[in-house]
Amino acid sequence: MADHTAPVETLELREQFDTAEQQKDASTLGMWIFLITEIMFFGGMFAAYTIYRRAYFEVFAIASTSLNEIIGAANTGILLLSSFTMVMAVRASQLGQRRMIVLFLILTLIFGAAFLGVKAYEWNEKFEEHHIPGQAGFHLEGVAPGQQGHAQLFFSLYFAMTGLHALHMVIGAGMLCFLIWEARKGVYTATYNTPVDMIGLYWHFVDIIWIFLFPLLYLIDRHLKV
Amino acid sequence: MNPSLRSEPAPAAESTPVLYNERNYLREPATGLWSWLSTLDHKRIGVLYLISVSIAFAIGGFFALLIRLELLSPTPAFMDAMTYNRAFTIHGVVMIFLFMIPAIPSGFGNFVLPIMLGAKDVAFPRLNLLSWYLYLAGAAIAIYGMVWGGVDTGWTFYTPYSTTYSNTYVIATALGIFIAGFSSILTGLNFIVTVHRMRAPGMTWFRMPLFVWANYATALIQVLGTPVLAVTIVLVFCERVFHIGIFDPALGGDPVLFQHLFWFYSHPAVYIMVLPGMGVISELISVYSRKQIFGYRFIAFSSVAIAVLGFLVWGHHLFVSGQSLYAGLVFSFLSYFVAIPSAIKVFNWTATLYKASISYATPMLYAFGFIGLFTIGGLTGLFVAALGIDVHVTDTYFVVAHFHYIMVGGTIMAYLGGLHYYWPKMTGRMYPEGWARLSALVIFLGFNLTFFPQFLLGYLGMPRRYHVYPEEFQVLHVLSTAGASVLAVGYLMPMIYFIWSLRFGQIAPDNPWMATGLEWKTSSPPPVHNFDEPPVVTYDAYDYSTVVKEAIPIG
Amino acid sequence: MNGHGHVDAVKTYVGVLIALLILTFVTTAVASIDLGDFSVVVALAIACCKMLLVALFFMHIRHSTQLTRLVVVGGLLWLGILLVLTMTDFATRGWIGVPGK
Repeated sequence: MADHTAPVETLELREQFDTAEQQKDASTLGMWIFLITEIMFFGGMFAAYTIYRRAYFEVFAIASTSLNEIIGAANTGILLLSSFTMVMAVRASQLGQRRMIVLFLILTLIFGAAFLGVKAYEWNEKFEEHHIPGQAGFHLEGVAPGQQGHAQLFFSLYFAMTGLHALHMVIGAGMLCFLIWEARKGVYTATYNTPVDMIGLYWHFVDIIWIFLFPLLYLIDRHLKV
Repeated sequence: MNPSLRSEPAPAAESTPVLYNERNYLREPATGLWSWLSTLDHKRIGVLYLISVSIAFAIGGFFALLIRLELLSPTPAFMDAMTYNRAFTIHGVVMIFLFMIPAIPSGFGNFVLPIMLGAKDVAFPRLNLLSWYLYLAGAAIAIYGMVWGGVDTGWTFYTPYSTTYSNTYVIATALGIFIAGFSSILTGLNFIVTVHRMRAPGMTWFRMPLFVWANYATALIQVLGTPVLAVTIVLVFCERVFHIGIFDPALGGDPVLFQHLFWFYSHPAVYIMVLPGMGVISELISVYSRKQIFGYRFIAFSSVAIAVLGFLVWGHHLFVSGQSLYAGLVFSFLSYFVAIPSAIKVFNWTATLYKASISYATPMLYAFGFIGLFTIGGLTGLFVAALGIDVHVTDTYFVVAHFHYIMVGGTIMAYLGGLHYYWPKMTGRMYPEGWARLSALVIFLGFNLTFFPQFLLGYLGMPRRYHVYPEEFQVLHVLSTAGASVLAVGYLMPMIYFIWSLRFGQIAPDNPWMATGLEWKTSSPPPVHNFDEPPVVTYDAYDYSTVVKEAIPIG
Repeated sequence: MNGHGHVDAVKTYVGVLIALLILTFVTTAVASIDLGDFSVVVALAIACCKMLLVALFFMHIRHSTQLTRLVVVGGLLWLGILLVLTMTDFATRGWIGVPGK
């Protein structure tokens, strides 16, 4: 038999919590711990990158110059803009401004999609230049035959890291769609905006990953422009 | 009759028979399969985990028996090399990822931790249920890969064999482990938030039971370490499927990098496996000594210290792999430090026993077993942490015996002790004490007969993961297999009498062991919502003066 | 966590965005200058500044609890452990003239 004296469970105050503030604190702590797991998840690839860059610096530098740093920088800018619109959406939810929440979430989604579009273009460029690792026709110009393998390592890391990042963006985009759907119904108010806040934290985290990926992949040593 | 010396639960007085509490979590809010599969109740989820890990234990144990049977003979008996390799891979993967990692934290931890804190549930009940489903999905996929397909890489799936040369179902199995890993991460996340944010009024950090501290430390490891295993699996997957060669020497890649990334998780993982067991032992030693645990804060801080230090020593698995000598020195040096907090715990448990009123109920027998066998296992860890000795015994049965002493002699003893201790609470029934003590003895004897000869085998040079060996090792192998048969009988006995007790066991009172702790203030089994009002805690965790005052029916 | 209804001004966010965009421009430009071994230090330093801006302002760590900050520092520390201790192997290979060490 359900305990009839218990209050009806709401989004804002679930059954296991005593107060809405406790729930929000718990959700926030939970999301931050999840982000820590993501730091360690990406961290394994950053460890691989660190080791191989140290071991094969010249080849990595040459491989890095084959990436278009202007496009990379512009894409970084797009992602930073999306972080801006995301935090504006969170702010709007704190003020209970339904229309603005929806607007900023849609803008975030658009910028995110633009980022992914540019990424797809860049990947396609790599395909055309025969820079896909693991393919028989792989060849990086300016690198001796005995070191083509090392160049493949760079591109393996490039695709693995940007691919994992892009996957996280896609998942984030999916969550944004969910938020937009709910926000249009007016679910998020000044007293209950936790999901917007939490997904905002996730989105910013994915942005921070890119903040490191950009210089590490695109800007290893631009002064020896080939 | 002095109640403090009682090893049987308090007998019911003639006038107040112990009644089975009908309004409990097993019956409410509904019975029926769907209500269990869609439950958000941490107690039910804990039970679901216990059932699942028991099945996993049976599978892993079955393959252990196959291995031991094969090793009766120095020449191939009924397995060829490939089959043998597949058998020990299944044994390792199933036992580690599907039994040892989840059993105590996700099983007992889920059941008891929120009640110990005075909470209604964990912080995220939906994530809790999701973690169980992820466990099932991961288990199904991994077992499919290994049993139907067959994987021969060993549970450690080292590159380049696993990425390039093995023709087996590596991807399916790795995918299964990847998914199961998320189950572990979510459980850890849930526990950390629950401990930080859901304690009842008055339940300060240093009033929490040590089982909570142990699971909290375990949760830290789960959250920080498992993601690195996940990304390692992703890289192996990419290398196998897309042929991008992160670990491929032909491209300049380094297979040892795989080992670094793998063991960064897998060493702390052994602490995921042992810390919750230590938490159980802290509870058992205290209850069955009727005494405040000696050095509560030392044990609490040691748990966290083990979790932290455990992350700094993984290179001791790479001593002979091509790791630089200097790194070997660093990791060997650090490995000695991680022994210290474990030793502190053993000293404190022992000190608790001094001048205590000890009773020899089954859980206490398991606790004694743990302390002795874990100590042996831990001390042999110091042997292998020494670079020079490790060169001689690495990849031999010495290492196999070392970790089985800790995993089986340690954790599984603690698991069984905890299972007997909490059985009345979870099911409302007592197990048969006589049979339980007998099986504890059988397990202890069987265990030592199985694994002690393996120390000798390893020291004499018997390599691990070999299904053929020189004749001179046969006697020790036969002894070990004999022990394994005894051990198997020992494990079967509780399976039988526990199930028997569900129907025919004596009805259990709320607090059969006269233990402290909020979980013993609820009925056996507990009601759905644990507490009608959040309890207010005003005393320390192991303050037995609070329990002695409870009415004891005179038999 | 945005402590108890503290709402930041739009100006703050715009300012942070502009700073981030400027730093992106700077890091791209500096990469063309030959700084030798110092290049990577500068690049990572700028990336860390950008990370701090996003974390403190966009992720509200400025207003968060001690516990949240401890969690973040812990995570970064653990990443550090992974990188540093792994490098103790790869950075010291070949220090002895013995093959494989």
